[in-house]
Amino acid sequence: MNPDQSREENFSFNSKILNYIYQAAETGVYDIRGLGAKRHVPTFDDLVFLTASMSRYPLEGYREKCKTKTVLGTRHAKKPIELDIPITIAGMSFGALSANVKEAIGRAATEMGTSTTTGDGGMTQEERQSSKTLVYQVLPSRYGFNPDDLRKADAIEIVVGQGAKPGGGGMLLGLKVGKRVAEMRTLPEGIDQRSACRHPDWTGPDDLTIKILELREITDWKLPIYVKIGATRVKDDVKLAVKSGADVVVIDGMQGGTAATQETFIEHTGIPTLPAIRLAVDALQEIDMYGKVQLILSGGIRTGADVAKALALGADAVSLGQAVLMALGCNSPHYVIENDNVDVTSEYHTLGTTPGYCHHCHTGRCPVGVTTQLPDLEKRMHPEWGTRRLKNYLQTITMEMTTLARACGNSNVHHLEREDLVALTLEAAAMAKLPLAGTDWIPGEKGI
Amino acid sequence: MENIDLDLNTQSVREINQFFHNLNSSDKREFEILHPNGAHNIAVGLDAPITVHIRGHAGYFIAGMNKQAEITIHGNVGWSVGENMMSGVIRVNGFASECAGSSGHGGLLIIDGDASSRCGISMKGSSIVVGGNVGHMSAFMAQAGYLLICGDADHGLGDSLYEAIIYVRGKIHGLGTDAREEQMEEPDYNKVSELLDMAKFNYDPKEFKRVASAKTFYHWSPNSKQFSVL
Ligand code: SF4
Repeated sequence: MNPDQSREENFSFNSKILNYIYQAAETGVYDIRGLGAKRHVPTFDDLVFLTASMSRYPLEGYREKCKTKTVLGTRHAKKPIELDIPITIAGMSFGALSANVKEAIGRAATEMGTSTTTGDGGMTQEERQSSKTLVYQVLPSRYGFNPDDLRKADAIEIVVGQGAKPGGGGMLLGLKVGKRVAEMRTLPEGIDQRSACRHPDWTGPDDLTIKILELREITDWKLPIYVKIGATRVKDDVKLAVKSGADVVVIDGMQGGTAATQETFIEHTGIPTLPAIRLAVDALQEIDMYGKVQLILSGGIRTGADVAKALALGADAVSLGQAVLMALGCNSPHYVIENDNVDVTSEYHTLGTTPGYCHHCHTGRCPVGVTTQLPDLEKRMHPEWGTRRLKNYLQTITMEMTTLARACGNSNVHHLEREDLVALTLEAAAMAKLPLAGTDWIPGEKGI
Repeated sequence: MENIDLDLNTQSVREINQFFHNLNSSDKREFEILHPNGAHNIAVGLDAPITVHIRGHAGYFIAGMNKQAEITIHGNVGWSVGENMMSGVIRVNGFASECAGSSGHGGLLIIDGDASSRCGISMKGSSIVVGGNVGHMSAFMAQAGYLLICGDADHGLGDSLYEAIIYVRGKIHGLGTDAREEQMEEPDYNKVSELLDMAKFNYDPKEFKRVASAKTFYHWSPNSKQFSVL
């Protein structure tokens, strides 16, 4: 037989799976990597807006005002967070990111009037100084956690889970555990650090209720308290977070990123961001807390259209992680120093990848200096340059979001609503409970 | 100096905590909290060298995140007493429930009676002295500091330990993954004696065993045993 005729790829054991089995057989350990799920899942790209025409009239896209002000934490906190835009920066640790990157994020967020968030490892002085509004995470590891930083924060986020690894703890491999990171985390320098997946001082929602009260007592009830959950059993978890006393619930879908975790976690746990927001809104409505507890959505949010769709589906704000890193050069073939592009394609190759495909944050050898602790690499992402880039990016997606909101006839981005959207695919229609475009059919509604 | 009485029969936890938070961080006065009646979050987030006596049983997170203050609970406490404490001394005259002294960064926690499971979980530099026994998984992932147990330790002691050191006088019902018993050396006897003195317990340091990390989890390796076949 002609050998070409027998070249039928095995669907179950395709080249990706073959490589996976060969590597497992060779090494005896699973793969660890950064960023989020790479597989195709239904996303906001599967939705489109029904902008205004005869039945509604639009606002002038460039001139008429469209408000973006966002208030979070109105339920119990004496000082809710007031932001200029509904786009916040997700928690990413100093350790996973370099100090330069944390500084650039803080400065850009401050210039855009939004908040940034600490991460595993605690609060650095630099990020407190550069961030006007800083959310302090309470993570299972409690690395570097202390009441002085808690009182310096503008909001508190209790991290129960993360979209990339709901049910799993953080990781930071040895190369990134340098002197300063090790000291902040009270760990020996250079160890492969694996943080806890459960909180040390509470386990269930009844204990969390008391924990939240403790945090409120220590901060004299001033600060809003967020509870962040990885999207799995969203309805139950949102209701329990609200019962526990959360002012704000953060839902992180499976496309959410991480600095390092097992590949099997990233691709095979949690549900996509699209159904997660719908379930979270349903949960709040069922317990009559919609509008009283705010929702922040994260997990693969990239564009102004994504933000507008998230808001239309009921989110009060979104949170960006990976997109922020990309605005700072992640996966770019070059970094920029004094306006010159320096090509680093060969360094991606050394890591076993190529620009556009990299997910090697766990190695600590980021070719563009974003997720590294090595001084030579860190210099590649200059804070001035990074601040400008990130500000430009946040500005662009804010303008896109307001353009879409105006076209739907809204003078406030928070007035976008579900009725403004339809789905292009059956899956997206079923997950978001929106009509399939061109029909009035919402799969699963009315028993069909 | 005159004691100041605060009474949870007539004041709320909020009022009492706010009162403490308004104190000057060099204030040295002494306070009594009457009728705690199992209330949670009493005397949390303190940051002054004051002395506080809680007269009765109290609930969860008592003296959480303490700095400087010397707090005595004249009774039993619920979960997570002295969690994330930074400095100062906390003494429980009775028994403590789960997660006592979790994530403590500094200071000294003394429990006269038994402590339940996960005592000293995630501790990061504090010292904990338990007069009685501790429950299972105590000092889980403990990073730094000392846990001294005058009684027995239940199974899973020191699971996934980092640099914290555990001393046990009684029986160890089972060590956690990556924990191992090590030879007591001169510095260990000195440390045990120092901790016993601070807690005012009268035992012979020679009776104690040392448990520390075998460090097989410090580096990512297929040889560090990460699953159980049992
Ligand atoms: S370029 Fe850097 S930040 Fe981006 S995936 Fe690779 S290592 Fe991570």
